[in-house]
Amino acid sequence: MKTFRAFVRKEFKHIFRDKRTLIILFGMPITQIILFGFAITTEINNADITVLDLAKDNYSQKFKDKISSSGYFHIIKELDSYNEIEPTFRKGKTKLAVIINQNFGKDLINNKDAKIQVITDASDPNTANILAGYLSAIIQDFALNNGALSPPTMVVKSQMLYNPENKSVFMFVPGVMTIILMLVSAMMTSITIAREKELGTMEILLVSPLKPAVIIIGKVLPYLVLSLINAITILMLGLFVFGIPMNGSYPLLFGEVILFILSSLILGLLISTISNSQQTAMLISMMGLMLPTILLSGFIFPISSMPVILQYVSDIIPAKWFIIIVKSIMLKGMGLDTIMMETGIIVFTTLILAVLAIKKFKIRLE
Amino acid sequence: MTDDKVIIAKDLTKKFGDFTAVDHITFDVKRGEIFGFLGANGAGKTTAMKMLTGILSSTSGEAKVAGFDINTERNELKKHIGYMSQKFSLYEDLTFKENIKFYGGIYGLSKEDIERKTGEMLERLGLQHIENTLIKEIPLGWKQKIAFSVAILHHPQIVFLDEPTSGVDPITRRQFWNLIYEAAEDGITVFVTTHYMDEAEYCDRISMMVQGKMQALGSLKELLTKYQSKDMDEVFIKLAR
Repeated sequence: MKTFRAFVRKEFKHIFRDKRTLIILFGMPITQIILFGFAITTEINNADITVLDLAKDNYSQKFKDKISSSGYFHIIKELDSYNEIEPTFRKGKTKLAVIINQNFGKDLINNKDAKIQVITDASDPNTANILAGYLSAIIQDFALNNGALSPPTMVVKSQMLYNPENKSVFMFVPGVMTIILMLVSAMMTSITIAREKELGTMEILLVSPLKPAVIIIGKVLPYLVLSLINAITILMLGLFVFGIPMNGSYPLLFGEVILFILSSLILGLLISTISNSQQTAMLISMMGLMLPTILLSGFIFPISSMPVILQYVSDIIPAKWFIIIVKSIMLKGMGLDTIMMETGIIVFTTLILAVLAIKKFKIRLE
Repeated sequence: MTDDKVIIAKDLTKKFGDFTAVDHITFDVKRGEIFGFLGANGAGKTTAMKMLTGILSSTSGEAKVAGFDINTERNELKKHIGYMSQKFSLYEDLTFKENIKFYGGIYGLSKEDIERKTGEMLERLGLQHIENTLIKEIPLGWKQKIAFSVAILHHPQIVFLDEPTSGVDPITRRQFWNLIYEAAEDGITVFVTTHYMDEAEYCDRISMMVQGKMQALGSLKELLTKYQSKDMDEVFIKLAR
């Protein structure tokens, strides 16, 4: 026990004396979460648009007011002719233009088809799609309220469960938490072990009476603690800055967090057994771990729209299951019984990785 | 009788697949002796040393170090040996004192022991002023001496030195050997590999490894007479050929 304490104390000293480690450990989670939370977002507010109103009647005015008050659009300019449309797009001043037909009001009253044309800048297809979607919803709503549609068609009213305002930050916080925990746990452990090998101190440790298990646990424990602190920081930011709800149980959430950290730590251990220098360890963690995790975990790109083969690949990525678990607990308030399968998969992969890591570590000793 | 022998090796062999790295070596090392372990690169020195320090298991043959079997009693064995590698092996981002605390700690020394030994060591090396200096700020020659002192911190029965003086200037090498003599006088057996032939001449007995086999073993005088050479360089060239 005393030898173990001496070892862990040394590990913490390594961590607190290395500025780079500190930055990765504490600077990154905070910048990432703020970046993803504020800057990178799939929702669009106050998009600048232009309107060419050829009708200039009561209805067209009402329609424009409705667009402005939706919160999604900001009409920066009323145009006077078709010729002005293209230049505004070219200058990048606007993402969308609405053209209201000459007979807009009349057609509405006479139950004829009132015509509105929408032009979007598809050089940025995502934004164009989203804006067009927002606008059609507004148009439908406007048409309904002005009694123009007869006979009444089907009315679709969709309800957003668990995230009524459709905030993307609800998706990003669990995602960022997953990536950060993975990065800190796996990359940092693999680097710290590779470092001992590179410097030759590993040999000294192996010749010493320290048991390999003590070396491994001593290496991993500080990062478990720090990762947990990171998880708490991210969680607090999510709850208090971004207003994510916490509908489930905290003990369950932290249990799952620890499980996921452990699986990442063991992954880091495995990486360290195949890399002899810090650089190799870092490269393998980055290329072999970070990229697939970010791309295939469903964090940014929805898994259901991936090619089938990639969907299968994503199944073996613990991060995918962890994101599902975190969302289920936080947003849906689910209990352990509903996320049994996801938890089981993580436990299972962790065990496999552990067996592999121990075997590899032993072979290296022989 | 065995009490006087810190290492007893009999037909010690290590094979990696078809390749025999260490081929039936048999020798013993007496307590308090400085035992030189020589050989060209790839002659099996490091492999033999790894087996004797309990980090590599032998394929066949047997050996006892400090009275413990190298394959079955590793845990006990490791408490009674010290080791210093050619790679510099203190933690650069820890201070002198913290390094000693750590190494003392993993060998299970008490706080008081560590405290006392730190003082003694600083005094012996004349380095009182560097107690709280980070190792990376200390010159290489000193580091080497500190690393050796750390390797014998727990007063092992035997200390293994793997090319401890490679890359060090002649004056520091000389000083380093003075430390080795002091340790030997304290009753610590020294098992040292080197490829500086003049250093071999400081050893009580010298062994020569050639392609996994121990080709020669004896005191400097014995070897010079046997191979009719004027110095170890000549012996080495005659044997290694």
